[in-house]
Amino acid sequence: MTNSKPFKIAIASGKGGTGKTTLSTNLAAFIAEQEEVVLVDLDVEEPNSGLFFTGEPVHEEDNFKMIPHWDESRCTFCGICHKVCNYHAVIQLGLTILVFPELCHSCYACSELCPTDALPMVPKKTGTLKDYQTDNLHFIESRLDIGEEQAVPAISKTKKYSAGKYDNVHIAIFDSPPGNSCPVIEATKDVDFVILITEPTPFGLHDLTLAVETMRALGKPFGVVVNRYGIGNDAVLQYCQREHIPILAKIPNNRKIAELYSSGKLIYQEISEVKASLTDILDFCMKTAEGEVE
Amino acid sequence: MKEIVVISGKGGTGKTSITASFAILGGGDVVVADCDVDAADMHLLMQPDYDYSEDFYSGEIAYIDQNKCTHCGKCARVCRFDAISLNNKQYIIDPLSCEGCGYCARICPTETIINKERLAGKWFISNIKSGSIMVHARLSIGADNSGKLVAKVKNEAKDIAFEERKGFILVDGSPGIGCPVVSSLSGASFVVLVTEPSVSGLHDLKRVSKLVKKFNIKAGCIINKADINAAKCAEIMEFLKDEDITHLTNLPYDENFTKAMTQGLTIVEYDKGELREILAESWRKIKQLVTN
Repeated sequence: MTNSKPFKIAIASGKGGTGKTTLSTNLAAFIAEQEEVVLVDLDVEEPNSGLFFTGEPVHEEDNFKMIPHWDESRCTFCGICHKVCNYHAVIQLGLTILVFPELCHSCYACSELCPTDALPMVPKKTGTLKDYQTDNLHFIESRLDIGEEQAVPAISKTKKYSAGKYDNVHIAIFDSPPGNSCPVIEATKDVDFVILITEPTPFGLHDLTLAVETMRALGKPFGVVVNRYGIGNDAVLQYCQREHIPILAKIPNNRKIAELYSSGKLIYQEISEVKASLTDILDFCMKTAEGEVE
Repeated sequence: MKEIVVISGKGGTGKTSITASFAILGGGDVVVADCDVDAADMHLLMQPDYDYSEDFYSGEIAYIDQNKCTHCGKCARVCRFDAISLNNKQYIIDPLSCEGCGYCARICPTETIINKERLAGKWFISNIKSGSIMVHARLSIGADNSGKLVAKVKNEAKDIAFEERKGFILVDGSPGIGCPVVSSLSGASFVVLVTEPSVSGLHDLKRVSKLVKKFNIKAGCIINKADINAAKCAEIMEFLKDEDITHLTNLPYDENFTKAMTQGLTIVEYDKGELREILAESWRKIKQLVTN
């Protein structure tokens, strides 16, 4: 892990709308002023990072998940496939085997345990991956097709694509999905550092405590960025102090930031406090990166 | 009994603050279901008493009996989730990666691996300050199956509403378009979409309204922080018109949202002026649309 490049930073939060995408896009653009950087949007349900960059994709491919496909001519109706499926994704109805792709977790048990190879695994499209490049910034996003429910396979695939593609870049930033369940775990489980961004409100604090529990369960080093600092109260700061969680930056509450963001504009060039926050955040991440190498 | 589901696609648009306000306005006739089980916040505003609680088991998790294991390694080879690894000459299950498919247990030649039921969270029935009842839940850290917990919360709320002859179920949904959202939409009579006039707000609104259309549910939209960007706001109104989604109201960018939350109050309790008026009018509109 220590020698693996690039240094991977996930930007996550329990609560939605606390500024993950704002921080991801601004931090990536800020780094790109100096050196190459990869930004990967792993919020595949609602990917937004791409709204802040222009440019045409240099590469595009479909995302797939593998599902069993019934080959009637080989089936002996032995019943093993539906017996071994823990997700009820394979059932037998009369003399037909039905597969429910939305319930399938792609564990391959039915397919590999079928004695007559009557359920080969085949790819099913779940969304699209796009790879953009502008100067120093490589931007990769995946979006789930509407009606597809499983974010995890698309996240996993996108990480693999980005890992293989930009081995020589020093920093990769993962814009993660909100919440604390399986998509977040998938997005953060093999990064080197996690930035939890929150706002100083009761909702922000509550969801931060859940995110902290998640990161501790994963054993990830993490720090907190307080966004919209100045609203609400100081309970988030007190919590971080009590829990010995480093606060990397406090981004002030400013209506101008909301206005710039709303038009799809980057913020740090316009608002000096944001640029200062990004410098602090990057410094902290780099110190963590160097600490790991030692 | 009508079921109103509030979702937003994008997080942080004010969905929970608005839903909690409707719960107060609806009073005793509204059973609340907090289906944002992944990051549930409604309880911070509704003073729940956790009158009843129950563990929620869903799915399974593999467990290796180290005394019986012969270290053949078959389990690790078949696992598609990289959940089994060799550590100090022992095969270990990573509970956060295991999806409980049971494949390892089935092929283990010495029946060393068993699948156990997985504790996926806890759910509660509470009396709340609106004089009604709320069903809510807490998902275990990193748990899978949030869609199933959403279904559980909703079904409990439905049963209560039915038994107690309540007029409405009000559901606070989660962000995104994936399994918990799909689960919260099933059976809805009306969907309230809460958005904000930003590039992300509109982008996510478009995706989530496509999903709502697939379910063929009537929808209305509230534009929060409407004065942040007049042009985007106009663009959203245009979109709503094209898509036949009722424009319910615009709410201003107002720090009273945060101030109310900081005191554990809903907006309509904290702000008895303009904000309460707007929200009360929306609630009237929604009730009218849903009963027609």
